[in-house]
Amino acid sequence: MDLQGFGHLLISGTWMTIQLALSSLLVGLVFGLIGAAAKLSKNPLARWLATGYTTLVRGLPELLLVLTIYFGGSQLLMWIAGWFGYTEYIEIGPFVAGVAALSIAFGAYATEVFRMALLEIPKGQWESGLACGMSTLRTFFRIILPQVWRLAIPGLGNLFQVLLKDTALVSVVGLNDIMRQSQVAISATKEPFTFFMVAACIYLLLTAATTAFTMFMERVANPAARGNRA
Amino acid sequence: MTWEWDVIWKYFPRLLEGAWLTMELVLISGLIGIALAVPLALMRASSRTWVKALPFAYIYFFRGTPLLVQIFLVYYGASQFEAVRESLLWPVLKQPYWCAIIAFSLNTAAYSAELFRSAIQAIPTGEIEAAEAMGMSKSVQIRRIIMPRAFGIALPAYGNEVILMLKGSALASTITLLDLTGMARTIIARTYTPLEMFLAAGFVYLAISALIIALFRFMEYRFNRYQYYHHSNTPDDLDPQLRDPHIDQK
Repeated sequence: MDLQGFGHLLISGTWMTIQLALSSLLVGLVFGLIGAAAKLSKNPLARWLATGYTTLVRGLPELLLVLTIYFGGSQLLMWIAGWFGYTEYIEIGPFVAGVAALSIAFGAYATEVFRMALLEIPKGQWESGLACGMSTLRTFFRIILPQVWRLAIPGLGNLFQVLLKDTALVSVVGLNDIMRQSQVAISATKEPFTFFMVAACIYLLLTAATTAFTMFMERVANPAARGNRA
Repeated sequence: MTWEWDVIWKYFPRLLEGAWLTMELVLISGLIGIALAVPLALMRASSRTWVKALPFAYIYFFRGTPLLVQIFLVYYGASQFEAVRESLLWPVLKQPYWCAIIAFSLNTAAYSAELFRSAIQAIPTGEIEAAEAMGMSKSVQIRRIIMPRAFGIALPAYGNEVILMLKGSALASTITLLDLTGMARTIIARTYTPLEMFLAAGFVYLAISALIIALFRFMEYRFNRYQYYHHSNTPDDLDPQLRDPHIDQK
């Protein structure tokens, strides 16, 4: 296949896509954990907010979320900043808008995954942590979270695949990711099929790598299942 | 920040026009998708490697790449080949509407084929064996036992797939179609009220997904009625020795 000297452009786009996906994953996991904690909390307001968040975001197209944050985000931020007396213009770049939109979407689905996983943990695990004299937060990080990982990793792996594919949407607002760079190459070479096919193959490679990594993580997080390999 | 309700009211009918196109895209590509998915799923559930290989590659490609790439491959990619541009298909392939439908159908076919396959494989073996014992041929089995059973099993998961398709249909706006998102973007370009218009569009999307969810709840209740069947409880003053714990669940 002849890339006519545009290979480096695609590689830089791939790097951008990977950065975007990993940043959104990190922020999205935080959203997911907070969301799950809120959904399981005793405070009705927190439960109500978390339910509203997941229902709303899971019914909206990711593209709409990206567009809203990119085009409307600065207006919203300036309005909030106005309360604190900051009146300068705030601009949101495509990368920040992309991370915000994708992590909000990822967080909504991750909330459900974490909630299910947290419910699977027997109550005795909490109680024994507290009985050992740990604080609630320490029990959560030392006892509960490692067990939640084991249950949540298959679900989170699927969600990350979705996230990885959704990164392509951020090219619509001008982030130089794989899609955008292949469009640049196409405008010079007039070979749309070749370059979009190459882009598709790069995404396939990335998703295949993610699958392999998820399987590896499942093994790491579940030492008990590794015991009796025949 | 200024919030302009008037703009929302003024342009709401235009948004609904866009919503109509969105629903049309979802419905048409959903139907074509099912038609493609059923044979794919049956082939994918086969135990012969050479039957499985082609649907496996197809499903792997369409599930592993972003929908945006697939739409662009159909809409922009097809024009790279002289043969396509001179073929009879060109009047169809040069229209964004049909390109969107082709891309969405191929995409949803891959996802639903995987759903149907897992549903086919979730049918209890005893039911297939019973059909075989009755002397049904493979095609009669598929028609009378496998398809209706798989349909019921796959229904809840397929509802989710339709919602995902609805969300994916927003990508039609990237190839100049005026669907709900596309319409909102056009109005914003004219009025510069991004937050108001996208919020309004978002609520229309939520309303459509609520509609789809309600429809699938109804269909589940209708076609999987056996799961919703409850025995009426025996009277409380019944002799305890006559009680049947299987029927008496509260």
